[in-house]
Amino acid sequence: MELESLLPTLLGLAWLLPLASFIVILFAGPRLGHHGKGAAGMATAAIVGSFVLSLMAFLSWVAQHPVRVAAHGDHAGAHASVDGSHATAGHGDGSHGDGSHGHADAGHGAGASPHYSGDWYTLYEGGALRLSVGWYIDALTVLMFVMITFIATCVHLYASGYMHDELHDVTDHEVHLAAGGDLHRPGRFHRFFQALSLFCFSMLGIVIAGNLAMVFIFWELVGICSWFLIGFYYERTSASNAANKAFIVNRIGDFGMLIGLMALWGALGTLHFADSIGTDGHARPGLFSQVRPAVTGHAQWVPDGMVKFAAADRIGRILKDHASEPMAGVEEVEATVDTWRDQGFGRWLLLVAGLGIFCGCVGKSAQFPLFVWLPDAMAGPTPVSALVHSATMVAAGVYLVGRFYPVLTPDALLVIAYVGAITLFISATIALVANDIKRVLAYSTVSQLGYMMLARGVGGWLAGLFHLVTHAFFKSLLFLCSGSVIHACHTNDMRKMGGLSKVMPWTAGTMLVGCLAIIGAGIPFADIGLSGYYSKDSILAQALLFSRVNPAHSILFYAVAGGAALTAFYMFRLWFMTFAGEPRDHHAHEHAHESPPVMVYPLVALAVLAVVAGWTLPGGFGIANMIEQARPAGTGGEEVGGLLFRPFTIPAEHESHEHAIHVTASLVAFATAASGVLLAAAMYVWRVISPSVVAAMLMPLYTFLANRWYFDELYRFLFVKPILALSGLASATDKGLIDRFIEGLAWGARQIANFDAWIDRTVIDGVVNGTASATWNAGLELKKLQTGHLRQYVMFIALGTVALFVLASLLFRASLAG
Amino acid sequence: MEMPVLAAAVVPIFAANPFTDPVGVIHYLVVGAVLFTAGIACMTLKRNALGVLMGIELVLNGANMNFVAFSSPYLRADGAPTLGLDGQVIALFVILLAAAEAAVALAITLNFYNNHATVDVDRADDLKG
Repeated sequence: MELESLLPTLLGLAWLLPLASFIVILFAGPRLGHHGKGAAGMATAAIVGSFVLSLMAFLSWVAQHPVRVAAHGDHAGAHASVDGSHATAGHGDGSHGDGSHGHADAGHGAGASPHYSGDWYTLYEGGALRLSVGWYIDALTVLMFVMITFIATCVHLYASGYMHDELHDVTDHEVHLAAGGDLHRPGRFHRFFQALSLFCFSMLGIVIAGNLAMVFIFWELVGICSWFLIGFYYERTSASNAANKAFIVNRIGDFGMLIGLMALWGALGTLHFADSIGTDGHARPGLFSQVRPAVTGHAQWVPDGMVKFAAADRIGRILKDHASEPMAGVEEVEATVDTWRDQGFGRWLLLVAGLGIFCGCVGKSAQFPLFVWLPDAMAGPTPVSALVHSATMVAAGVYLVGRFYPVLTPDALLVIAYVGAITLFISATIALVANDIKRVLAYSTVSQLGYMMLARGVGGWLAGLFHLVTHAFFKSLLFLCSGSVIHACHTNDMRKMGGLSKVMPWTAGTMLVGCLAIIGAGIPFADIGLSGYYSKDSILAQALLFSRVNPAHSILFYAVAGGAALTAFYMFRLWFMTFAGEPRDHHAHEHAHESPPVMVYPLVALAVLAVVAGWTLPGGFGIANMIEQARPAGTGGEEVGGLLFRPFTIPAEHESHEHAIHVTASLVAFATAASGVLLAAAMYVWRVISPSVVAAMLMPLYTFLANRWYFDELYRFLFVKPILALSGLASATDKGLIDRFIEGLAWGARQIANFDAWIDRTVIDGVVNGTASATWNAGLELKKLQTGHLRQYVMFIALGTVALFVLASLLFRASLAG
Repeated sequence: MEMPVLAAAVVPIFAANPFTDPVGVIHYLVVGAVLFTAGIACMTLKRNALGVLMGIELVLNGANMNFVAFSSPYLRADGAPTLGLDGQVIALFVILLAAAEAAVALAITLNFYNNHATVDVDRADDLKG
């Protein structure tokens, strides 16, 4: 099979398998095996199937597009003509396929990266709007599929062990009933896997989506899955509140995303990433080729649609001047578009579109200022935290920024960089003092997502996505390890743990691997390290390069470097407090035990990947080079911005691979990580520095951090309280005014109805009843005539006849006489 | 003065002396009337159901007498139009009817006797209002 029809088939099936599992569990959940135990097998089988299909897609991709060291010299814009011919060839291919067409570009210079796109099903087509279920598959899509399905497989296996409490009735000690005692409820094993399957389907849908409308649909679907899963223990107030919080905060971000979508669609008339062919047979340029067309050598410009949108009043004036000959007016407009573009028309619209889409990513990827939901989301079961709230769903925002990268203007990118920097710094500082093992990891996730965003913002498209993939492996590993610990100790509080490495060697070992991977442990000069080493170093290098080119923004580099030190400190604080030293709580320690094999195997598998995911094999095979294959056309060169900020330059990413930058970055990373680890060891292992003394010395700071920068309080004061007050006012208006009015109306209607009823009862019923009783009484009287005496009747008949004759002869004689 | 209608109809009948006149319709009508009156009297006065039935027969045959008389051309000396053969047919029909009626009535009577051990019509007031 041709790759362009094989890939959509394989990945489409991989995408739909979890949906099938979801539907089966939805309808047959509790009947699948004993207490729904079969649901786990069902969901796991589906996701394993997805994984196998994704792997097949991966292999066929690699066979067709060998992963090699990227040729960085080719990013200049001189390939426009070559690329133009490729684009034509690509459209020609579209004739032999179900509306699909691929750009199978041999090299990856300035031309379009190899990708395949098409539509399975067109939902709606009318005017400029075309909504479809389609695919956009490139190296990144394939890689994301493998990564997501692999982690999801691990988490499914792990969860089938972790959630076994739900197989029978559960007594929830965290829910106290008003009647006294704890809540006792039936287990919800199958419900968990049902939501997990739906989540996998939705997440894969985001990745495979061929247009932004479809992304948005699945974006909301993962949101609702997240809501289901955070609120899995919905009887607990904390869990249901956290679920609502996550959902509502994400809606704020999605509001921005809707604005972005409308800006794009309103001005460009398409939401497709790639060029497509409408059902009318006309080619429709996609977002990417409109913003970075071949005529500019894939350099970013403001698309015609946006220029015209911004210059609407001028166009109106021109058309009015040429009212007599409209065609001349249209021609003049077309001729003036370039002038307007040079004058800067539409560039704000492009910025708004980019920032709008980024708003959605801010919500989903828990960036400042919408990051507050993610730590609370840890109220969900730990496998969910590992899959949804660290590795995949929250990475969707980062993924979308990566996918959408060609459309983002330099100014939007710098905003993203600053948002990422703020996020990574704030959350890293909060993680320093958190005592809940899952909260530390949650803030670490937020912080690492900040890294990815920042990387993207300073031009590190590859660095950010690379970190996304490696982070997914080690962060899901860390979460699953923490779940294993929680499973053993029945507490989240690290102060009650300690010394667990003796009883849980596998968990401790794999978690150590995870910690080393997240801090980016490696040997700088030999350039060997765990996965995090490569991805984090490329972020650091890019940030360093950016701050060298733009000294005014060097704070971004300090944020990254400082964040790395903080990361190292809090991750090893976590590990030392949990596994090293003496047990602090003997009660918890006595019960602790290594988790069952079904939970340990995924840990080992993930640990192996956390080590090797960043490696590049001799010959160039590696995740980084594979992602590089998907680099959007025209990105990777220098970009100059200056709409929101003073003019600045985003350096080309390949320059950060230069030796000087790279080695400096590695050294900085190593130094910061080592200092963080040493400080943690000094405080929690060697006990040279007492954490409590430090906390006492820095009491105001400690309190500030322990209260999470008072963000929840701030938001409560700034948003929740005013909104509550407003809604209180609204409800008072509703109750006091509207309800009163309606109640008054109702009262009036009641009075009228009462009067009506009185009329009915007295007059109408009186008439009817009167008639009835008169008839009844007449009957009673008349029946007396019916004596039953036969002879009397004969008498009456005879006499009556005689009487009739007499009467007739007396009364009617005149007429008888004629 | 114009004669009242009833008088005009009745006077010719009674103007002649029936005892001296030749046998005509009048005589038959008188017999019929006697039969009829006797039947009515029988029906009203007898308490025995069989007696009542006999009374019914008398009444019917009294009526039959009229049909036969009016339809006989020999009895109408005045040349007034007759009913022709219809009268006799209707009389036969009435006799038939009387036989059928008697059969049903006798059956009722027998049943009544079975249930009440009497044929007194005054006791048969189960259907009174």
